[in-house]
Amino acid sequence: MKTGLRRLAAGVLAAVCLSLFAGCHGRQEQTAFTVPETFDESRQYEITFWAKNDTNKRQTDIYKQTIEEFQALYPNITVTLRLYTNYGDIYNDVITNITTQTTPNVCITYPDHIATYLTGDNVVAPLDELFADEKYGLGGSEVRFDSPAQEQIVPQFLDECRLDGHYYAIPYMRSTEACYINKTYVEALGYTLPETLTWDFIWEVSRAAAATEGADGVYSLNGQQVLIPFLYKSTDNMMIQMLQQLGAGYSTSTGVIQLFNDTTTDLLYQIADATAAGAFSTFKISGYPANFLNAGQCVFAIDSTAGSTWMGTDAPLLDIPADKVVEFETAVMPVPQFDPEHPQMISQGPSVCIFNKEDPQEVLASWLFAQYLLTDSVQIAYSQTEGYVPVTTKALESPEYQDYLSRAGEDNDTYYQVKLEATRLLLDHLDDTFTTPVFNGSASLRDAAGQLIETVTKSVRRDQTVDDAFIDTLYADTVSLYHLDSISASGGKVDLGAMPAMSVGLLAALAAAWVLILAYLALRHHRKKSAER
Amino acid sequence: MKKILVLLTVFCLALSLAACAGGSGSSSSSEAASASQPAESQPQESSSAAADGEEVAVMSYEEYMAAELDSQVTIEACVQAKQSWWEDKATVYAQDENGAYFLYNMACSEEDYAKLTEGTRIRVTGYKAEWSGEVEIMDGTFTFVEGDSYIAEPIDATSLLGTEELIDHQNQFAQFKGLTVEAAGQDEAGNDVAFLYNWDGSGSQGDDLYFNVSYNGETYTFTVESYLCDSTTEVYAAVEALQVGQVIDAEGFLYWYEGLNPHITSVTVVG
Repeated sequence: MKTGLRRLAAGVLAAVCLSLFAGCHGRQEQTAFTVPETFDESRQYEITFWAKNDTNKRQTDIYKQTIEEFQALYPNITVTLRLYTNYGDIYNDVITNITTQTTPNVCITYPDHIATYLTGDNVVAPLDELFADEKYGLGGSEVRFDSPAQEQIVPQFLDECRLDGHYYAIPYMRSTEACYINKTYVEALGYTLPETLTWDFIWEVSRAAAATEGADGVYSLNGQQVLIPFLYKSTDNMMIQMLQQLGAGYSTSTGVIQLFNDTTTDLLYQIADATAAGAFSTFKISGYPANFLNAGQCVFAIDSTAGSTWMGTDAPLLDIPADKVVEFETAVMPVPQFDPEHPQMISQGPSVCIFNKEDPQEVLASWLFAQYLLTDSVQIAYSQTEGYVPVTTKALESPEYQDYLSRAGEDNDTYYQVKLEATRLLLDHLDDTFTTPVFNGSASLRDAAGQLIETVTKSVRRDQTVDDAFIDTLYADTVSLYHLDSISASGGKVDLGAMPAMSVGLLAALAAAWVLILAYLALRHHRKKSAER
Repeated sequence: MKKILVLLTVFCLALSLAACAGGSGSSSSSEAASASQPAESQPQESSSAAADGEEVAVMSYEEYMAAELDSQVTIEACVQAKQSWWEDKATVYAQDENGAYFLYNMACSEEDYAKLTEGTRIRVTGYKAEWSGEVEIMDGTFTFVEGDSYIAEPIDATSLLGTEELIDHQNQFAQFKGLTVEAAGQDEAGNDVAFLYNWDGSGSQGDDLYFNVSYNGETYTFTVESYLCDSTTEVYAAVEALQVGQVIDAEGFLYWYEGLNPHITSVTVVG
C-alpha cells in the first residue's frame, strides 16, 4: 500500500515556499571546503546518509548492503541510514537542518533542490576538485574500490548535476516517464498503436473510450462503472514536456519565468476539453494510475519508468486486491509527442549531494561513500529494482547488466517484461531527454506548472467555467501561491523592488530623530563652552 | 530651544514606533483573513452556511452521501481526530450521530487547528471527492459553530469485516474485538514479524505501521497512520510490541484505500 505518498503534495509546496527564503535566516557561515592532502584514517567518522526509496524493500535492502560493504572497506567510517519515501520530505528536512547546521553528510536529492540549498554560503560541497583529486577522486589511486573515472559517467546525466559552473552532485539513477497502455482496449476501440505515440492519438482514443459509457453508467469498453481513459501521475512533468515539445517558454536558464504564455493557455484548454469529455484525470484527483490500469479502468497510464513494477496484469507489485486485476496486454511507449520525428522526454531520477562540514576530513569520508554508490555492484543492483538506468557507462556496458537486459520476460520478478521495456525505452532515447533549467525557485516553478493542470482539471469536474477570465485568475493565483514573483532572473538574490512608503517613513523618522539628538547635543555642548568662557 | 528639540525628537521616535506597529498589525490581520473564519463572523443558523457569498443548505448525512462526486457540499459535524496540518491545510476526521466525514486538505490556520479539539462542532463547505475508494470532502473551508459537542462511541464493526455493509460506515470510529495477529512479513533471518514499517517493510521507525489480523478465517491489513498517531503514541508502541498469535481488540477510523484500510488509534492485547 502506498497511501502515505499522497501526503507529498502538501509537503512539497511547504518546502518550496520555505525554500525561497531559506538562505536569509541567520545561519552561521561555513568555511569553504578544500580537499585534504591525505585522508586521516586514524580517526573515526560517523556520517549520515539520507536516502529515498520508492516504497520498495529491495531498494532499502540494497542501501543497507551497500553500507555494510563500504564499512568493510573503510572500518573507520560508520554510515547511518535514514530512509525517506519521497523527495519532498527530504527537501523539507534539509531546509530545516541547514539553519541549525545539522544537515546530513550525504543526501539523495534533485538538482532543483540543490539550487535552493546553495542560497546558503558553502552549504553544499562543490565536487569539481574531489572529482579530479588524484588520490581520492573518481578512479583515484587511493580509493579502495573500483571507482568509475569521470568520463565513465554518462555525460548528459553528469551535466544535470552542474550548477553555476560547478558540480554539486553526482547522478545516482536515471529514469524518464513512460506511457503504460492497455493495448487490448486500444484495439477493442478499433485503433492500432502508432510507432510513436502522439497527443492527438491519445486524446482521440481517450475520448472514444469515454464515449462507451452507457445510460446505466457502465462503460461498454470494460463493463465497469469506472473508467478514466487517460491518467497522468506527475502533472508538472506533463506540462513541462508539452511545452518543451512545442518549443514554448517555461523558463530561461537564468530563471526568467516564461510559463504563463499563450501555448500554456492553449494546452490548458485542451486538457479542460478532455476532462469535460470524461477522458482525463490525474493522480492527485483520482489515485494511482497503476491501480486503475491494473483494474481495467484506464487505457493510458503515464508514470515514471521507476514505477514500472506496479504496471500490468502480471506486475510484481500490486496495490489492489488480486481479484480486481484484469487480463490485458500491456504496451510500454514513450510519452506522447507533438512532433513524432523529434521526440522529447524528461530525464529524471535521484542524484547525490554532499553537505559541507567544518571538518574537511568528514567531507572527504562522505565523498568516498557517495562515490561508492557509483560502483557497478550498487548501480546494477539498484537499477534492477525498478525501471532505472545506471548512470555509468561502466555499469551499462558490463556483461552482467547486458545479460540482465537480454532476459526480459523470463519471470515476473527481476526480469519482468514491462520493467525491462521501460528501461529499454530510456536507453533507446538517451539523446531525446532533456532537463529544465535549475535555479533558486525552479522547484517552485515546477510545482506551479503541475498545479495549473490540477486546478483546471478539478474545476472542469466541478462544473466551473474555464475561460479566459478563469485562466487569468489562475495565473495570478499561481504566481502568488508559489511566490514566483520573488524569483530573480539571476536565480540568486531577489530584487524586492521599491521600498514600501511605510518603511521609507520609518527610516526618515529615525534619521530625523538622530539629527535632532545630535543637534541637541551640539547645542548643549555649545552652551557649556559659552558658560565656561 | 531645548524643549522644542526634545519634543521634536519624541515626535519622530513616536512616529517610527507607529510605523512599526502599523506594519505588523496589517500583516497579521491579512493572514487571519486568509484562513478559516471565526464563528462570530458567521450566521449562527444551523440550516445554512455562507460560502463564497452564497447561502448553501447544510446537508444531512444522507443528502451528503447522495450528492454527486465533485459537487459542492456543506455539512456540520464534530471533530473526532486530527490527522495533519501543513501550510494552512488540515486533514480531520469528523462525525455526527448519522455518519462520518474525512475532511482532506481543509483550509485552516495553525491557530484554528489548535482549536479543533475533539468534539468541536464545525460547518464545512467543500467538494465531495473519491480518492482510491475513500470518499472525502476536499478543498474545504470551515467555520466553528455553536451547538452540542459530539464524541462518537466506537461502533462494533467486528462482525462487519469482510461484508459489503462495512463501507456504509466509512470514516466512522469503530472497534474490532477478538482479532488474531498474523505475520505481516519476515525479518532478515526469515522469522515471522507482527508488523512492518511501511507496507513492505521498506521504512523505519516513525513511518506508518502495517499489521495483519485475522477474523473468521480472513486476514485484514490494519495501519497505524504515522501522521494521525506518530511514534510517540501508545498505539504505535503497542503495535511495535505485538507478537504473532496474540489476540487483540482495536479501535480506529474506517479509512479506505482500495478497500478497507483502517487507521488504528488503540490496540489492547486480550489474549
